[in-house]
Amino acid sequence: MCCCEKKDPKQEALEALLAKYKGQKGALIPVLQQTQDIYGYLPKEALQQISRELKIPLSEIFGVCTFYAQFHLSPRGRNIIRVCLGTACHVRGGAKIFERVQQELGIKDGETTEDLRFTIESVACIGACGLAPVIMVNDDTHGRLTPDQIPDILAQYE
Amino acid sequence: MISLAEKRKEYQNRLVEKAKKTVIVVGMGTCGIAAGGDKVWQALENAVKNKNLDIELVYSGCIGLCYVEPIMEVHRPDMPRVIYGNVNGETALKILEEHALNGKVVSDLAVAQDPKEGKTVLPEIPILNEMPFYKKQVKTAIANCGIINPDSIEEYIAYGGYEALEKVLSSMSQTQVIEEVKKSGLRGRGGGGFPTGLKWEFAYKSPGDKKYVICNADEGDPGAFMDRSVLEGDPHAVLEGMAICGYAIGADEGYIYVRAEYPLAIKRLENAIAQAEKAGLLGENILGSGFNFKLRIKAGAGAFVCGEETALINSIEGKRGMPRVRPPFPAQSGLWNKPTNNNNVETYANIPGIIRKGADWFAGMGTEKSKGSKVFALTGKVNRTGLAEVPIGITIREIIFDIAGGIQNNKKFKAVQIGGPSGGCIPEEYLDTPVDYDSLTALGAMMGSGGLVVMDETTCMVDVARFFLNFTQKESCGKCTPCREGTKRMLEILNRICDGKGKPEDIDTLERLSNVIKSTALCGLGQSAPNPVLATLRYFRNEYEDHIHNKKCTAGVCTALLEYKIDPDKCKGCGACKKVCPVGAISGEKKEAHEIDAGKCIKCGSCIEKCKFDAIIKG
Repeated sequence: MCCCEKKDPKQEALEALLAKYKGQKGALIPVLQQTQDIYGYLPKEALQQISRELKIPLSEIFGVCTFYAQFHLSPRGRNIIRVCLGTACHVRGGAKIFERVQQELGIKDGETTEDLRFTIESVACIGACGLAPVIMVNDDTHGRLTPDQIPDILAQYE
Repeated sequence: MISLAEKRKEYQNRLVEKAKKTVIVVGMGTCGIAAGGDKVWQALENAVKNKNLDIELVYSGCIGLCYVEPIMEVHRPDMPRVIYGNVNGETALKILEEHALNGKVVSDLAVAQDPKEGKTVLPEIPILNEMPFYKKQVKTAIANCGIINPDSIEEYIAYGGYEALEKVLSSMSQTQVIEEVKKSGLRGRGGGGFPTGLKWEFAYKSPGDKKYVICNADEGDPGAFMDRSVLEGDPHAVLEGMAICGYAIGADEGYIYVRAEYPLAIKRLENAIAQAEKAGLLGENILGSGFNFKLRIKAGAGAFVCGEETALINSIEGKRGMPRVRPPFPAQSGLWNKPTNNNNVETYANIPGIIRKGADWFAGMGTEKSKGSKVFALTGKVNRTGLAEVPIGITIREIIFDIAGGIQNNKKFKAVQIGGPSGGCIPEEYLDTPVDYDSLTALGAMMGSGGLVVMDETTCMVDVARFFLNFTQKESCGKCTPCREGTKRMLEILNRICDGKGKPEDIDTLERLSNVIKSTALCGLGQSAPNPVLATLRYFRNEYEDHIHNKKCTAGVCTALLEYKIDPDKCKGCGACKKVCPVGAISGEKKEAHEIDAGKCIKCGSCIEKCKFDAIIKG
């Protein structure tokens, strides 16, 4: 395949996405979710394009992006670590796990490592309370943790 | 109308055929997978494939025994079903070899057996229904969870699935369905406990040619995971319940709003919807009855307040998930300003059973004002964490001590948190209270979604109140002032108390603020936000006073109030604490009592964990 005028594949994916949802009621949140799946976050240019295509003011889109915890306006790590600080994890020592993760990576809640390998987020509950304390790395849930298990778990993710 | 009876017979026969073979079931809910269920599956799948074994390997959702996850079961045609717990890839292969292939039970890993025709395998293995964890349970809403394959509509139908929908469409009028639900006494399982039939009736009576059904699967309460288990273990029950509701109120479209933190639930729901559409049980002209019902999934984007029904509606519409002023109620003007019925997952999952077995069967369980059964998520410092469905009216003590097996490590029970961040803590003296909507509310807690977090003597109640306030404060959407500003001020006060800087007037201020927020906040989240503080003040006021006046945290949690000391009589001078101390605060000669320099100590607690002689005292 050779074509000098070939469009950026991400841009193409976004256009296909917008074509699919154009004119649908209540499309904004799924569009933002899938745009974030494409780029890993929500770049300004993509938001402007969504605004034009779906005919929703950019201010309103920005309002939605900043309301929900799931949307991110800056690039994130390849691996997202969600540390559960819910009630069940709290009473079973979730804070110590959280401390250790931050210590191992040298970053704080909500931050991303410089090499973009990891982002840490604290979350309120991931619904695996029976195995508290738990963390989630991407879609993998790790339960019944002790702080000393953290380095080995982190090593599994590149 | 098309009847499902023949299909059901066919699917049941298939199950009978399948039971003639040896079947291995692996528990693959999120909890099972997190505990290592996927590794067990991998090991078994490889073995079955490589050796070309005549064994059927299947997976199921969660059977509620979280404390022994990962779980696998072996069903041999000639033996009762045996449940194994705490298995790993290696032991799974051992069970495969010894039990599945050679009929010899691996007794040290067996958790329970389910006798077949009165026959048991080994007398020493507990009988499933007689185990303390199971004995007091009734399974209605989660009856299929962990039993059927959640990705198979055939199994759901074989177990009586979609029979209720067929019954409703073929022989009941809309009002008859609503009457039946009203008669059952079912109340909303998501928190408020509003009578479900009445809610349906409001939506039915609201004029309009377009109506909607919404399923609230935004299970946001920390400590609750029953809805996730239902969605992952028996998704069709929820779809069937929603379709019945759609017929009853006159809606042809529905949405399931699932929180984004539940990817597996979303996947299984998507599959279930596709299967139901293909089987003609969702979509146009269902079973040839002329009734249309289309279902869509909306994934949440991470906002606790979206569990509130009007905020959830805004979120489905693609807006910021902020609550609306009520009235008008969603039953009159909900999604896109059309009449809308909104119930949670467990409520819908109860509907097929009520229609199939009748309202009287359901109303036969429970108390006078709270009928049926309720699923509770048992977590915190109990011996057996898991999911248990019990008849409403059972006492809190029975749940915690009989089912969940009491407190871990022989510690003393202190309180149980019921109803998530909006609920309250209940102390020991009320443990014999029956669990029903009204008794719990009277105690300052609430049924909520059914999360039970058990706390022992090492939990500080002021810290717990602060934990919940921190949560609601972060999740406050900011629309109304009492919640946005009030919870912030309350949190500041609680932080101050935990840091040892509490002022004598703080307790009064907390109470005053709580009452203002309760009576003036816009939505349920704000109105209930002060509950954890009010409940702890009611039952554990002395702990607040200890923190403020004596600068003491008896539970040993609030770091600023702690002091670490070494008991010279118990200290053997082994030096383990000295080695582990990150700031070099411990000094002492070998074989002589050591000392902690309070000025240097950062109260991290590392020394306590290392000391083998219990010589370090925290207080």
